[in-house]
Amino acid sequence: MSEFDYASAPESKAIANIASNYGLFIGGKFVEPKQGKSFNTFNPATEELLSKIGYADKTDIDAAVKSARLAYTRVWSKMPAKERGKYLYRIARIMQERAREFAVVETLDNGKPIRESRDTDIPLAAAHFFYHAGWADKLEYAGFGTKPKPLGVVGQIIPWNFPLLMLAWKIAPALAAGNTVVLKPAETTPLTALLFAQVCQQAGVPEGVVNIVTGDGVTGAALVNHPDVNKIAFTGSTDVGKAIARSISATKKTATLELGGKAANLVFEDAAIDEAVEGIVNGIFFNQGHVCCAGSRLIVQENVADEILEKLKKRMSLIRVGDPMDKNTDLGAINSKEQLNKIHEISNSGDAEGANRWSPEVKLPTKGYWYPPTIFTGVSQSHRIAREEIFGPVLSVLTFRTPSEAIEKANNSMYGLSAGIWSDKGSKILWAARQLKAGVIWSNTFNKFDPASPFGGYKESGWGREGGRHGLAGYLTSEAKVSK
Amino acid sequence: MSRIDINKTYKLFIGGAFPRSESGRVYEVKGSNKKFLANPALASRKDLRDAVVAAKSSQAGWAGATAFNRGQILYRIAEIMQGRSEQFTEEISALEGVTSKAAKLQVEEAIDTWVWYSGWCDKLSSVAGSQNQVSGPFYNFTTPESLGVVAIFAESKPSLLGAVRTLAPVLAGGNSAVLIASEAYPLPAITLGEVLATSDLPAGVVNILTGKTSELYPWVGSHMEIDGVDVAGLSKKQEEELKLVGADNLKRIARFSTINHPERILSFMEQKTIWHPIGI
Repeated sequence: MSEFDYASAPESKAIANIASNYGLFIGGKFVEPKQGKSFNTFNPATEELLSKIGYADKTDIDAAVKSARLAYTRVWSKMPAKERGKYLYRIARIMQERAREFAVVETLDNGKPIRESRDTDIPLAAAHFFYHAGWADKLEYAGFGTKPKPLGVVGQIIPWNFPLLMLAWKIAPALAAGNTVVLKPAETTPLTALLFAQVCQQAGVPEGVVNIVTGDGVTGAALVNHPDVNKIAFTGSTDVGKAIARSISATKKTATLELGGKAANLVFEDAAIDEAVEGIVNGIFFNQGHVCCAGSRLIVQENVADEILEKLKKRMSLIRVGDPMDKNTDLGAINSKEQLNKIHEISNSGDAEGANRWSPEVKLPTKGYWYPPTIFTGVSQSHRIAREEIFGPVLSVLTFRTPSEAIEKANNSMYGLSAGIWSDKGSKILWAARQLKAGVIWSNTFNKFDPASPFGGYKESGWGREGGRHGLAGYLTSEAKVSK
Repeated sequence: MSRIDINKTYKLFIGGAFPRSESGRVYEVKGSNKKFLANPALASRKDLRDAVVAAKSSQAGWAGATAFNRGQILYRIAEIMQGRSEQFTEEISALEGVTSKAAKLQVEEAIDTWVWYSGWCDKLSSVAGSQNQVSGPFYNFTTPESLGVVAIFAESKPSLLGAVRTLAPVLAGGNSAVLIASEAYPLPAITLGEVLATSDLPAGVVNILTGKTSELYPWVGSHMEIDGVDVAGLSKKQEEELKLVGADNLKRIARFSTINHPERILSFMEQKTIWHPIGI
């Protein structure tokens, strides 16, 4: 093999230009947190310090919400929708102009391969703003009544797996619908959100329309509980999502929640096997498996299981794990030590409960946080690795004999975010798609995202949809519903 | 001597049958004139659980029926109600103390509500679904699908219309329902059960309980097989408490204004997006 190894093709860090410290973005300006507290953000691939980040507490949240309210009542809600849309177009264009810089900063802060931040995260984030920009002055045609109205001030909390993309999913529809926002990025990945704040300044977005407050779970809770926030939009774990649902149960606040998943990826005997193997790899190893909709349960028809597993192992041996800044890298760093520990903990339960672990031989870097691509066979439905979201590059393999057994196993989960179907028979795909209790079904493909395509889950995977026409509903008042 | 009337025993409606409460309990319902009307069942937690089992087991079949078929069955409910409108009118009048004319208007509006939602069944995915223009060679579409089991706390008054305008949209979306009748005005809801039992609606798709709202709502909130709740008949305080425990399985919980609206259907539906590559 070694004679065919790839030469390293590192992306330069020079373009990143990360400041040594960042304040909070409130009222169109970077301000110091009132208590003067800060926290550090690291490169998870090297454990190097990247920057000191302002820590927002309750008083900072209050200032941010006040600034968002002021911008809402005085400026944003009065501005003609056409003009509002133009700001979103400007944001989209500036993000495209600065795409390389965003990609590098994202990879440094998150640990994901530069190939993914460059080709997926950043272009999709810009596309999200471009798509929603066009909605701003067409909302009365979107099917939510002839006089759709924004909700007001929206509090938004996003995870660390797709930092800028999740920001775009949240901010673009909120602004297009006429709301103003206070967004809290994840503690371990604040940098691209702060870079985005600079984009808002360059685009001339009116002060206070977008506020970025950095911090941890306490900061997020302060935002959720602020009395002048009209709606919470959250992407993250199901546990925190439920806590938010409880927190707002006695308020007029509404919420959209994009939560966990344990997606079934069904491979039928008549699937195009080589394509399915590529799809399985993409489904679970994309973004180190830090994907709420990851295809983390492979459910394969018994008579093709051996063939699939053999090809899958061969393919997994070709996955290049290592420096995320190397353009050849397929699998980057785990985002944090905490997450790495969680992956170890749940995966180790797979060993303890009797499943069989396999990983290709990979040399993991000595510094940083890493986990090899891993599959477990001999998994039963009651195993923790078949039920709990691992959020790492770990695949559980189960088998089935009949199509109805496949559906039953796939739906045996408290989650219902996404699912995959691999088959060459159209009627079988549509049959399976109809049976599966999941909000996004990828047939003969996996992990595809688009601003025009609604995303969100059934059951305990959340409330509401993001993206597409359907995603607008979460940012407009309802004609028929009464919120307490 | 004038003839003695045969009074009806008002029972629960679970899985297509009319059982008494397993608890053996009843409570007294009086008319607006303070005279005894009936002893409907005082449903227990166990009755609720039985109702959810019936709802759950019938739901896939109901959702799997063609939308046209579901629409016809909702229309059939209107037909059967029309034939029984005098009975409903008398019942409402005696219970709520409204004039016969007002009671008749309520019955007519309830019947028309079934007809309105009947027509929605096979139009939902056209109006609320979409084919999405994604940037790539994929066919991508979104369609609404049933949520599952929805519990409904019917409004007190109008007793019949309050039950119908919450129940019809839940059924139109392909869900099965556990309707908890108004505690004070439960009788028209039970008679509605008799209509449903003879309208080709599969057994278990609608289950009707009578009893104490304050006793039942905490169990509705914590029941993990209930996917959505219409809280029309709950107080604000009860709604808050139900939302607090309902977060355990992220129930979809909603309260609506009195208007008929497709959002009443769609609030208890999920949107499913399906991708498929295009190519040869």
